[in-house]
Amino acid sequence: MVAQPDDPPLIAARGLTKHFGDFTAVDGIDVEVRRGEAFGFLGPNGAGKSSTMRMIGCVSPPSGGTLRVLGMDPITHGSQIRGRLGVVPQRDTLDEELTVRENILVYGRYFGLPRSVIRERATELLEFAQLSERADELVEPLSGGMKRRLTIARSLVNEPELLMLDEPTTGLDPQARHALWDRLFRLKRSGVTLVLTTHYMDEAEQLCDRLVVMDGGRIVAEGSPRQLISEHSTREVLELRLATDDHELYEAKVSDLATRVEVLPDRLLLYTDDGDAAAKIVHERGLAPLSTLVRRATLEDVFLHLTGRTLID
Amino acid sequence: MWNRALAHWLAHYRRVWRGTIISGILQPLFFLLAMGMGLGTLVDAGTSGGIEGVDYLLFLAPGILAAQAMQTAVFESTFPVLGAIKWQRQYHAMLAAPLGIPDIVLGHLVFVMMRVAMTSTIFVTIATLFGAITSWWVLLALPVAVLTGLAFAAPVVAFAARQRNESGFNMLFRFIVLPMFLFSGTFFPVEQLPTALELIARITPLWHAVELCRGLALETMTLAGAAAHVAYLVVLAGIGIQLALMSVRKRLIL
Ligand SMILES: Nc1ncnc2c1ncn2[C@@H]1O[C@H](COP(=O)(O)OP(=O)(O)O)[C@@H](O)[C@H]1O
Ligand SMILES: [Mg+2]
Repeated sequence: MVAQPDDPPLIAARGLTKHFGDFTAVDGIDVEVRRGEAFGFLGPNGAGKSSTMRMIGCVSPPSGGTLRVLGMDPITHGSQIRGRLGVVPQRDTLDEELTVRENILVYGRYFGLPRSVIRERATELLEFAQLSERADELVEPLSGGMKRRLTIARSLVNEPELLMLDEPTTGLDPQARHALWDRLFRLKRSGVTLVLTTHYMDEAEQLCDRLVVMDGGRIVAEGSPRQLISEHSTREVLELRLATDDHELYEAKVSDLATRVEVLPDRLLLYTDDGDAAAKIVHERGLAPLSTLVRRATLEDVFLHLTGRTLID
Repeated sequence: MWNRALAHWLAHYRRVWRGTIISGILQPLFFLLAMGMGLGTLVDAGTSGGIEGVDYLLFLAPGILAAQAMQTAVFESTFPVLGAIKWQRQYHAMLAAPLGIPDIVLGHLVFVMMRVAMTSTIFVTIATLFGAITSWWVLLALPVAVLTGLAFAAPVVAFAARQRNESGFNMLFRFIVLPMFLFSGTFFPVEQLPTALELIARITPLWHAVELCRGLALETMTLAGAAAHVAYLVVLAGIGIQLALMSVRKRLIL
């Protein structure tokens, strides 16, 4: 299912814009998603990720620009497009008074699928989501992670070509997140095109072939996680915690050791291709840091560099 | 595609029907017992001998049929609608699938009509067993009850879709539904009211519904009278549906 260059994109947005009153939530973004890709929108809260996802999901009309999803215009063909999408919205829309299985059965009916087909798929999907044991229990008492898995299972009932996941793992504990990532990997391997939003850089790095970094309704960078890191960051980062309330005071004392230095409230980040060497010099200069940590650069660093802010505050 | 939205509400109802039994069936039955048999005995023993020469129980039963249609419809169009928008958000799930606003609204209204048909049928059956309904014409009062349900449900869906929380519903029940229940002819002829109130009572939808049901159950309805009442309810339902479509669209499509 690797995309051919002449394959039409599943999503093509040009100058896509969304206003709420005089507030601009999405400010003229260009996006192309090709078949078989796992594509991410990475950005902090309020970046405009959900607004974009809802426009692509044909439940929110764009205020400007052009948008084509599966080659069709959401304004005129919203229903047809939605019939071929799977949608995992940021906030669950499960019917908590129904059982786990009933939620899938009813959702399948929305797509006009025959009952026998839905029943069969429901059993498979519950297996896939590791919910078979809870199939006939009510949704309400399930954990957040289980509800999220159910929402994902449900979104697959129409065998969508394109799966849209808005913050699929936000609010879940690490274990539940890894369980979900595992399911998403399997989907990706089976050829489903994934579009997801996240403000977790590790999630973006794990899951996305390509992503855009969004901030304030705009796209500030685009590429594969690796590309973005090599373009906007050094290979390694040295984190320094010093015995001070104001790390800014120390910036000048280390700025020559790194390509770039970021000052955070509780530490300094030194961007350098050789963190250990820099750390050694820091010690030699007698700066006596409380702790030093050398790590690989991540998308978090890219984001910090591009926007001057961290992803999760 | 509205039938797909209906499928959801039917599945949902299979899970929650027990809770609806009290309000849907027992309550009108209690009214029938307390008012019809308790109060009715006094009324029938009075100088007029019943109301307009009719046993009070026979007078009351079709009134309760209409009032129950209103209550069922209003209840099913308030909390479930706001819940489907705000709490459990089932409307959003439908909208993410191929369903559109008309499917969502129509599917829900048809479900409400089915609920009204259910409670009405059960009530008519029980009232007949009690001897509170004696005419086969009451069979025509069943579709009237369903139409009444739609005439109330549609504008109430429009109202519910504009609410931020459930406090508006208390107002609706207290200042619209309850007064109509008490003063629109369910328990006594509106002619008993002071003229000004009688005029107000006669423009309420419940009065038209009560008159229709009672006229059919007591075999006193004329064709012209029936046509006027039906027309009133149909127009109200039509306007209500338009308003419901507008409100739900405005709330869901941002
Ligand atoms: N329906 C709405 N009305 C007004 N403002 C909105 C609405 N939806 C989103 N916004 C605003 O648009 C901005 C982007 O929101 P959103 O797309 O949800 O961002 P994200 O998903 O990246 O957190 C936020 O500032 C948010 O408050
Ligand atoms: Mg969001």
